[in-house]
Amino acid sequence: MNDTALFTKRGFIIKIGLLLAVTIIIFLLPQIFKSRFAHSILNQMGIAVIFALSYNMLLGQGGMLSFGHAVFYGLGGFMAIHGLNMVNNGTVPIPTELMPLLGGLFSCLFGLVFGFISTRRAAIPFALITLGIGELIASSALILPSFFGGEEGISANRWTDVTLSNLNFGHASEVYLLIAAWMIISVLLMYLLTRTPLGRIANAVRDNPERAQFIGYDPHKVRTIQFALSAFFAGIAGGLFAINYEIVTTHTVGMIPSAEVLMMTYIGGVGHFFGPILGAVLITFLQLILTSVTHAWLIYFGLLFIGMVLWAPNGLSGLIMLHEPVWKAGLLRRLFPSYAKAMVPALTIFLGVLILVEVNYHLSLSIDPESPMTLFGIEFSAQSAVPWILCIALMAPGFFAFRKAAGQVRRAWDEVTHTIQKGSS
Amino acid sequence: MLEFILFSCINSIIYGLLLFMLSSGLTLIFGLMNVLNFAHASFFMLGAYFAFQISTYIGFWPALFLAPMFVGLVGIFIERYGLRSVHKHGHVAELLFTFGVFYLIDEVVVLIWGRNPVAYKVPEGLDFTLLTIMNTNFSAYRAFMILISLGMFAVLFFVITRTRIGLIIQASLTNPDMVGALGHNVPSVFMYVFGGGAALAGLAGVIGGNYLITEPAMAQNLGPIVFVVVVVGGMGSLTGAFVASLLIATLQTFAVGFEVSISDLLAVWGIYPGEIGSFFEDILRIQISHTRGMLPYLFMILMLIFKPKGLMGTREE
Repeated sequence: MNDTALFTKRGFIIKIGLLLAVTIIIFLLPQIFKSRFAHSILNQMGIAVIFALSYNMLLGQGGMLSFGHAVFYGLGGFMAIHGLNMVNNGTVPIPTELMPLLGGLFSCLFGLVFGFISTRRAAIPFALITLGIGELIASSALILPSFFGGEEGISANRWTDVTLSNLNFGHASEVYLLIAAWMIISVLLMYLLTRTPLGRIANAVRDNPERAQFIGYDPHKVRTIQFALSAFFAGIAGGLFAINYEIVTTHTVGMIPSAEVLMMTYIGGVGHFFGPILGAVLITFLQLILTSVTHAWLIYFGLLFIGMVLWAPNGLSGLIMLHEPVWKAGLLRRLFPSYAKAMVPALTIFLGVLILVEVNYHLSLSIDPESPMTLFGIEFSAQSAVPWILCIALMAPGFFAFRKAAGQVRRAWDEVTHTIQKGSS
Repeated sequence: MLEFILFSCINSIIYGLLLFMLSSGLTLIFGLMNVLNFAHASFFMLGAYFAFQISTYIGFWPALFLAPMFVGLVGIFIERYGLRSVHKHGHVAELLFTFGVFYLIDEVVVLIWGRNPVAYKVPEGLDFTLLTIMNTNFSAYRAFMILISLGMFAVLFFVITRTRIGLIIQASLTNPDMVGALGHNVPSVFMYVFGGGAALAGLAGVIGGNYLITEPAMAQNLGPIVFVVVVVGGMGSLTGAFVASLLIATLQTFAVGFEVSISDLLAVWGIYPGEIGSFFEDILRIQISHTRGMLPYLFMILMLIFKPKGLMGTREE
């Protein structure tokens, strides 16, 4: 994409048009999907999008791998929940709509302090300090019950008398409007941030801190500001979390949400701005759909993550953008046959893994392992040898067929890139 | 009081040696390959579970040898077919990969052995009281743990400083390119060190699993502490890891015994703060024993800020 595209007249109009279209679609979604479950999914997606994008301000744009980003998510959430309680007590009149901002500002404050401590060096020391801060906050959560609420957390009622609009947030669809509004504002702000000198220098510091220093920017300072801003947006996501669930527990600042946001951001892809959005939407959707179907969601999630690290380090967005030049050259059709051929053995292997995982989960976690289990509507006994034999029968030939198909995909790619290069020269 | 000090010392030594068994592999791997292995504590957990499984079939003593061996093989497999291929993408990719492995091993353990702790018990031959000092019993198994850890330390020390393999490892620690240029296969050195480190962690799991509890959360509980040990000791330094293990273990063990809070201290000087808000009252009420879980991390953060080389490390980062 051309850097000045935003400022040329045509590019500007296209972008504004796109933004308006997306905004309209986002606000129409709850009219299309009306069930309570759909609303809960949409709400979680909106929160996850902000959280993942704020994480990518560190990992993607700043080159800082953090293992404790949920600290700021959780702190923002706790601040917002205390804010709601204070409003309901009549202590301070803050409108519910602005509660996420309160959470964001509170997190930003902590982000400034923790950022200053941790960002002197990037890479491994930074990762370790964030891990330490994460563990520190998570374990202090249990000994400071007045702020973190001990084991059971702190709950509040989002239905307050002080609001800016005529919404009272009684129903999940009204909360969605709030989340969607904050999501659009945050995404826009984070996008524009990547275009500011700060965003550019953050990229420079990521790629080569010494050079950035030579042209007069202090990497520590740049990283600290980037870290604090990222904490700000994580705090907004946390504040929305508090309003959506009306309860925040010490779980929210812990290792698990930190790991989740890292994994969903990475799966979406850290190299492109829209990557984390893709990751957040996809993973939240899969998480909510699959946890009701199988116990084993986390194992599939882990496999997907490792697969991405090994074979697609630029994530889903990287895979998509890889095809952009091919699409522009109109050669996409040449790739599809080889993709289809690779898809069949890939699905066969996945089916084998799926049977293996589900049978084992049935044996180890279900109440009565002797009882028959069902998979895709077929009832069978987990104890028999049939599923195991089937697994091997699917996985072994699948593996060899996949290796062969992967070669064909590579050849198709070589051909296409060759054609493009010939065309351009 | 004397009894408290004596037993806290013994517990610190046991816990410290256990930590050292875990961190020695981690610090060697870091020193050699610059990879911070997030999954190291998962190898510890795998060791405990493998030992449990093997001991249900053929008893504890074969498990003591077989389980670490299997864990070492798992480690070699992960290095050869996973870590080596992400190596070209840089340190962050390696860290992410080991993080993914950590996550996956956690889930696989739940998948195979379930979410509840398994009944991995101390072997019958060692399940008796060795001696009673004052009113507290000292079990034979603890003596056995100390023995194994010290034995392992001696063997490791011997291998690193007195054998040819150790010489190559030491040389690779300081200058891997030169070692490669002299005709040694550095990637395979990496692979065996990774496997060896995993096996040591597995051994710690075998003897620690029944001393602690064998459950899916054990990797998550111990993993970050092992990082603390490696950072405090200085990355890549075995002696540093040894000192730091004992230090962290002592810190944590002794902290449990002190039930003193800031308000107790203030009371000594006759200061009784009145109504100062519930949050500050919480802070005054924190006892030293409550901070057991926080102390190591606080220590690590301070260390990384003020002395990033660690106690005995030679290089930053």
